[in-house]
Amino acid sequence: MIRAHRVRALSGFSVLIFGAIVFIFPALWMISASLQDNSQILRFPPSLWPHPFTIEGYVDGFNVLPFGRYFVNTFVIAAGSSIGGVISSSLAGFAFAKLRAKGKDVLFLCVLSGLMIPYAVIMIPQYLLFKELNWINTYYPLIVPAWLGLPFLIFLFRQFFAGIPNEVFEAARIDGCGYLGLYGRIGVPLAMPAVATAFLFHFQASWNDFLAPLIYINDNAKYTLSLGLAAFTSTCDCTPWNQLMAVSATVSVIPVMVFFGAQKYILQGITLSTK
Amino acid sequence: MRKVEIIWFYLFITPWLVGFLALTVYPMIASAYYSLTDYSVLSPPRWVGFSNYVELFHDPLFWHSVYVTAIYAVCTVFIHLTLGLFAALLLNLRVPGMRLLRTVYYLPNVLPVASASMLWIFLFLPKYGLIDSILHQVLGVDGPEWLSDPNWALPALIIMSAWSIGSAMIIFLAGLQSIPAELYEAAEIDGASSFSKLFRITIPMLTPQILLNLILGLIGALQTFVQAYMMTQGGPDYSTYLYSLYIYQNAFQSFHMGMASAQAWVLFVVVLSLTAVIFKTSARWVYYGGLDF
Repeated sequence: MIRAHRVRALSGFSVLIFGAIVFIFPALWMISASLQDNSQILRFPPSLWPHPFTIEGYVDGFNVLPFGRYFVNTFVIAAGSSIGGVISSSLAGFAFAKLRAKGKDVLFLCVLSGLMIPYAVIMIPQYLLFKELNWINTYYPLIVPAWLGLPFLIFLFRQFFAGIPNEVFEAARIDGCGYLGLYGRIGVPLAMPAVATAFLFHFQASWNDFLAPLIYINDNAKYTLSLGLAAFTSTCDCTPWNQLMAVSATVSVIPVMVFFGAQKYILQGITLSTK
Repeated sequence: MRKVEIIWFYLFITPWLVGFLALTVYPMIASAYYSLTDYSVLSPPRWVGFSNYVELFHDPLFWHSVYVTAIYAVCTVFIHLTLGLFAALLLNLRVPGMRLLRTVYYLPNVLPVASASMLWIFLFLPKYGLIDSILHQVLGVDGPEWLSDPNWALPALIIMSAWSIGSAMIIFLAGLQSIPAELYEAAEIDGASSFSKLFRITIPMLTPQILLNLILGLIGALQTFVQAYMMTQGGPDYSTYLYSLYIYQNAFQSFHMGMASAQAWVLFVVVLSLTAVIFKTSARWVYYGGLDF
């Protein structure tokens, strides 16, 4: 019995290891190819170890298009929208979890409906609206909507605040704390894990977004990394694969670092949101 | 005091409420209206009634793109549910190093889709790409031309989607960890085989997560855009002409805003009805008992 169990666990484990190698391999290949010279990449069969080892792909890739600048652009958008998203969503999430008011349930259903509506349905009128405001080719359409609340983050914050016992807030109220104080001095400090989770979630989403920047940004200098990467392919037929892989790796480096640094918070958010 | 509380409630939700009205409710109404007009942005919208919809339903490209999108969605959701569950079951074993393995399986979901698309173009290169090289070296077959072959481009996008089963896997894993151990202990005392434990305990207890993954997966798959835009531009020969790409091209390349709005509403109705049907039937196959919510 025990032996059969061991054998099964062992075979399961070997399948897992094999799968993990298959899963990690493309990412390793991207890094490896970015450090090869272009003649080596298309040699047959390919070699995983760069030989000669060169950073030519990064140097040349960054000369074709200003990816350093795109890096800053993307960072400004992701940081700007995440800060706003966390502030507006935590306010709403707190209200939905801890304050009593008429119409609350219906309004919360409205929040949830925001998760279901395909972007395609609202993207055209939003575009025309932002065009009226002369916001095309600016970062406002990519940042301002987050300051007006993000359904998923509101949901996340509501779940988190709902888990904090009411007595904590009642005690503070008896001590004369106002509603703003309940949120700012009691709620937010207790919800720091949720703040971190929400910030990271939206930061990743914003960093990885493609369609909205594609619609709103058409000035080369204002591109995000993803747009730059897409433009890079269309500007050359020569296909310097080491450069393309170098740029792809650069576009991925921040999300991957954030993930490794804050895995705990990100996984916590996923668990919290499925409850 | 109660009144003050109501006022503060509405103050707290004001940013969201403004956004909801201006960036969701108004756009929904506006796009419903635009879908009934001929609108090219340059001149004001001209009322045409339902003719956009009529034209759409007579457009062979529309039906083709619906067909392509349906195949893509069914295949990717099926892969995410089955492989995602399989991976989660294995990753739930208590073995040292499991955290690292979970990270590896989740990692592809962290990469920006634009990077992943570029990487997979590279992997799918005919003959010289990694995949065709491996096929040649290990199996001795000449691989297809993937993204430049109308028969293989869509399968290629579906294969690529298997790389991101991590999102479904992590939800299954959370579900697995909330199944009470007593259930398994009781089954073991009764001498249940691991096969029957899987099908009589694990999978029934995971049905809420299966439902969640099914719905999230469908909504995501039906809106897939970046892969088609970057990797194939819908080609070759429209073989990967996903529905969202068609909407995007109509709206922002041909500036047929009215037609694109009609297409978007068709998508919305399809998403809503599918979700409603799944929820309706879920009462019959999703088990919520014994869990604390």
